[in-house]
Amino acid sequence: MNFKHKYMFLLPGLLVLLGILIFPIGFTVRLSLSSWDSFYPGLDFIGIENYIRLFTDDLRFWEAFGRLSMLSLTTVFLQYVIGFSLALMVWKDIVFQRFFRVLFLIPMMTTPVIMTVIWRTVFHESLGPVNDFFNLFGMNPLWLSSEILAKFTVILVEVWQWTPFMFLLLLAGLLSLPKEPYLAASIDGAGPIRTFVYVTFPLMAPISIGAIIIRLIEASKIMDTVYVLTSGGPGTSTETSSFYIFIKGLREFQFGYSAALSLTYLIIMIISFTIIAKILVKLMVRGN
Amino acid sequence: MGLLYSTLKYLAVTLWSVFVIAPFLWAISTSFKDFQSVTNGATYIPWVDFEPTLEGWRALWKSPAQGGVAIVEPFFNSVFVTAAGSAISIVLGTLAAYALSRFTFKAGPIRNGDITFFFISQRIMPPVVLAIPFFIMLGKFSLLDTLMGLILVYIVLLMPIAVWIMVDFFNKVPREIDETALIDGCNPYQAFYKVVLPNSIPGIVVAGMFCMIFGWTDFFFSFILTFTEVQLLPVAIVALNSSITPWWSLSAAALVSVAPLVFVAFIVERFLSKGNLSGALK
Repeated sequence: MNFKHKYMFLLPGLLVLLGILIFPIGFTVRLSLSSWDSFYPGLDFIGIENYIRLFTDDLRFWEAFGRLSMLSLTTVFLQYVIGFSLALMVWKDIVFQRFFRVLFLIPMMTTPVIMTVIWRTVFHESLGPVNDFFNLFGMNPLWLSSEILAKFTVILVEVWQWTPFMFLLLLAGLLSLPKEPYLAASIDGAGPIRTFVYVTFPLMAPISIGAIIIRLIEASKIMDTVYVLTSGGPGTSTETSSFYIFIKGLREFQFGYSAALSLTYLIIMIISFTIIAKILVKLMVRGN
Repeated sequence: MGLLYSTLKYLAVTLWSVFVIAPFLWAISTSFKDFQSVTNGATYIPWVDFEPTLEGWRALWKSPAQGGVAIVEPFFNSVFVTAAGSAISIVLGTLAAYALSRFTFKAGPIRNGDITFFFISQRIMPPVVLAIPFFIMLGKFSLLDTLMGLILVYIVLLMPIAVWIMVDFFNKVPREIDETALIDGCNPYQAFYKVVLPNSIPGIVVAGMFCMIFGWTDFFFSFILTFTEVQLLPVAIVALNSSITPWWSLSAAALVSVAPLVFVAFIVERFLSKGNLSGALK
């Protein structure tokens, strides 16, 4: 079938998406070369001044980026380890298998910001249940207003919310694995640990890489949780790149500058994901 | 080895289950409290620890002027935007995915894989990058603070998911069935509509569920692109999260907003057990 019909299938979707996207992307590029802010709204042309400011005079952006890297790598690593363990545990030989599978999926079905509002009450420093427990030992940790603990709380909420997604992808992968390698392993007398190391893990490597990349992409956008949980605080200790760009653009209305930030951020992200994907492939499919 | 392993496994699974359920239990308990029981410190069990009231739940129907939270309208706004955005994305995404899976496209250096990547790569785009141009663009067309404007944005958000899942799914539907239909005298549209589509229901259901999840749970775009006329559920609930938060009605509202999608977890699990998901998610 090599007639024009194929375009009738493809074009509606492609054109709608392009139609909605072309202007925003083109406009962002143009905007990043202007000094549009709330005092002088307008598309003047100031060359690459915004980019010079970004690279020479904006430590806060780079700090936010470092924090984002730390947060997203930590959360995705934890999600992978926990999600993979959970998937292995409910894969076979467990009572109430369906119950656990459904339960472990539920957090990803919930709206992150809304659950974060609930988490805020859970970690409330004087009225929440967590500190009610710690008070028994005479402690009163400041979950949301101490620099280190606030990071921990953000990580915990992200792990709660998104481990299910990792779990889902990995369990779907486990359930699609072929049976023969396991038969061979059991004939060779391999125990559960050896079977995992030599059979399951290598077979799961492609799926693992896919799942980690998908989660890293999503985690790199983290901002809802931060906005509701800590508003980037205390100070800027939980401020991520997206959140910083949001403040510059939609709180301080420095549209031109925040467009430059956005594009730089997007390019850094694309480069990082390409590098991370290459590293993961090297690490996980070594020796096969 | 065997016994120790099982013990550890059940211990781990139980601990994680408790962690998963804990915030829900706390929210349920809080939703029956009043000002008094919240401000006296953490309490857990109704009747034992505190006297339960239905104030938090009643507030959901009252207007803010009466001390309520009025989430009925935002709830239906959310339903409408999610449903419309998902439906459009699924229809357009399925058609495009079918084309990308069955036909060969060539335009200069661009091949099928590149077009598919273009669709999917929209998920890489951080929302904040699109936020400002969307804000200005919708403002120009007077679509700020309207359901129509949000649906446009949701199409960008959801169509990549539909294309991603459906391309993979169509690649698994044997080509022979379209070819047989064509030999039997169907034109390509009939072949798609009468033969391929009925065989693709599982894929469409999975794609639909993921569109629903990501549409229903989105906060950022409705947060910046609407103000007073149109409010979606997450924005309405987060707006309650001020310095003097009414924890009881907040918890009740949160539970209402989270409940509809929990049943999706059951459907996803069904597909998972039948092995229909492994192909769709890759």
